[in-house]
Amino acid sequence: MEQKSAKGWLYLIPAILFLGAFMVYPLIDVFVYSFEEGYNSASQTFFGTGVYNYSYILHDPYFLQAVKNTFILVIATVPLSTLIALGISYGLSSIKPLRELYQTVFFLPYVTNTLAVGLVFMILFRKTPYTDGLVNLILGKFGVSPIDFIDGPYWAKMLVLCFYTIWVVLPFKILILTSALASVSEEYYSAAKIDGTRPFRIFRKITLPMISPMLFYLIITGFIGAFKAYSDAVALFGTNLNAAEMNTIVGYVYDMLYGDSGGYPSYASAAAIVLFAIVLTITCINLMISKKHVHY
Amino acid sequence: MMKVVLQNVTKIFPAKGRSSQGTVAAKDLAFEIPDGELIALLGPSGCGKSTTLNLICGLQKPTSGRIFFGDDDVTDLPPENRGVGLVFQNYALYPHLSVMDNIIFPLGNLRGKDRMSKSEMHEKAHEIAKLVQIDELMDRKPAELSGGQQQRVAIARALVKMPKVLLLDEPLSNLDARLRLQTREEIKRIQRETGITTVFVTHDQDEAMSISDRIIVMKAGVVQQIGKPQEVYDSPANLFVANFLGTPPINVFSAEIKGGSLYIGEDCVLKTESARDGEVWAAIRPEGFVLCEDGPFCCSFGGLEVMGRDISVVSSNENSVNPTVRSIISAENKVDLSSKTVRFSLKPNKVFLFDKKTEERIAFGC
Repeated sequence: MEQKSAKGWLYLIPAILFLGAFMVYPLIDVFVYSFEEGYNSASQTFFGTGVYNYSYILHDPYFLQAVKNTFILVIATVPLSTLIALGISYGLSSIKPLRELYQTVFFLPYVTNTLAVGLVFMILFRKTPYTDGLVNLILGKFGVSPIDFIDGPYWAKMLVLCFYTIWVVLPFKILILTSALASVSEEYYSAAKIDGTRPFRIFRKITLPMISPMLFYLIITGFIGAFKAYSDAVALFGTNLNAAEMNTIVGYVYDMLYGDSGGYPSYASAAAIVLFAIVLTITCINLMISKKHVHY
Repeated sequence: MMKVVLQNVTKIFPAKGRSSQGTVAAKDLAFEIPDGELIALLGPSGCGKSTTLNLICGLQKPTSGRIFFGDDDVTDLPPENRGVGLVFQNYALYPHLSVMDNIIFPLGNLRGKDRMSKSEMHEKAHEIAKLVQIDELMDRKPAELSGGQQQRVAIARALVKMPKVLLLDEPLSNLDARLRLQTREEIKRIQRETGITTVFVTHDQDEAMSISDRIIVMKAGVVQQIGKPQEVYDSPANLFVANFLGTPPINVFSAEIKGGSLYIGEDCVLKTESARDGEVWAAIRPEGFVLCEDGPFCCSFGGLEVMGRDISVVSSNENSVNPTVRSIISAENKVDLSSKTVRFSLKPNKVFLFDKKTEERIAFGC
């Protein structure tokens, strides 16, 4: 037994070393920096310790804006994208002809570069002196006056960001859910059919519980992914996100480190730790709920 | 409670590839399952027995022919309107539901005047659970049950809505040998107590023989013989049926009828009164051999297998289709182990003759 466990540890050493050096150590480091006031990474100096960094960022309107944006993004996109993905996958697994073609089409956004997609969205939504953009042209047909989705009002920009995020995360969710649906044995459906179960009851009582582990996996990773959103906002609104009021928490961390107003690793660390705390809390809540509702 | 009638039912699965033809899974099935009987659909895998079951329950539609439950034509009815209960080979219990919820699931589908309150459902479920003896397991999940228990839950779920016909697809194939023996008795008991017309599919002739009131032997989508188990065993319609039923299997020899006698090789083993001269297949049940020092049938002695009550004499004969000839004799017989040959006389009612070409049975008047 002794020897066996020694051998086990030996096998674990490479993973532990790498994770330790590149995950655990930096995490602890960030945690420490977040309590060191005015830390300078070049000179490795700081003036004092305390919670001033936290106090600063929590009073920084840019940070509060970023938190607000991130929460709106998470709350709007995670449930909606999961629902849409579920609908599409259910549809996909119900049709036979051309299923593979549709699957490929739905998966395309996943292999497309984020920035390229952002460019397409800009063309669709942006209003310039020369053109109102495709979306505005269509809206104009319904008598809606042109809206600048990229440089205009806050809600319009948020709408585009949410739309874009949902569109980008859909393919992965569809992929996972289609395979989850395919793994539900045909026999259950036959059994339910013989008993005269109506389609909606089959979906609610059989299909949903059977794919619930995958569904919760998607919701949890969806939450985590949405909280860490940054590149989507950059793709749409450029790097000066604070000016566009479209910054996210990760964007704020980045700006504090490297942005035009950057060079404040202490503030960046504090913001990162706040984000970490939020994500941890939400994930724990998710796991608790899933324990109650996932049946495997 | 209802008889089931199949009238010239044929099922052809369309071809998948462009060149291949459709697969005929069931051909011109015409038989009647009497009310309240336990029927076995018996045959090797791929013989169309599961297809037949699916046709009866409505999961598949026949290409042609009609199916009746009693006097009602159910051919075009979807499964839910036929009033059938089906037990799947892998049980298909909903893994996320408790035993209780699995059993009441079909009741939750009832609408209109049949609608039941929760307490009525539970009462009903307990009643059925008692019948199949799982009433102490109601709160468990299927994964927490043994194979035999899962089987009972599946039967309970199929029975709870009081189907007119109960269908079981290979009900015992996932159980170990001991449990299989026990469960088949159980199925027989449940069927007798409920009196529901029951059809079950099996490839195990032992299973079919032991519990069914009637056996339907199928091969390549065609019914070979229908009858009571003993009848089918004692009087197989063709070589396939003779081969398929019985353990150890029947011994088949290439034989010839000459001048009113049956010859296997040089040995004149039996008098045949009414059969015409010519080459035939002679099939002899293992219990049809009688050890006899001056018996007419001579085989090379291979060895003995002692099985307690009986002994099995393993021998060989150059005219045998199978490499070994297996005969079962009472353990009281003494066998000379040093002997190179062994001689038998034959019981005429355990010997069947079949046409060399059609493999149909030939009567020989004994």
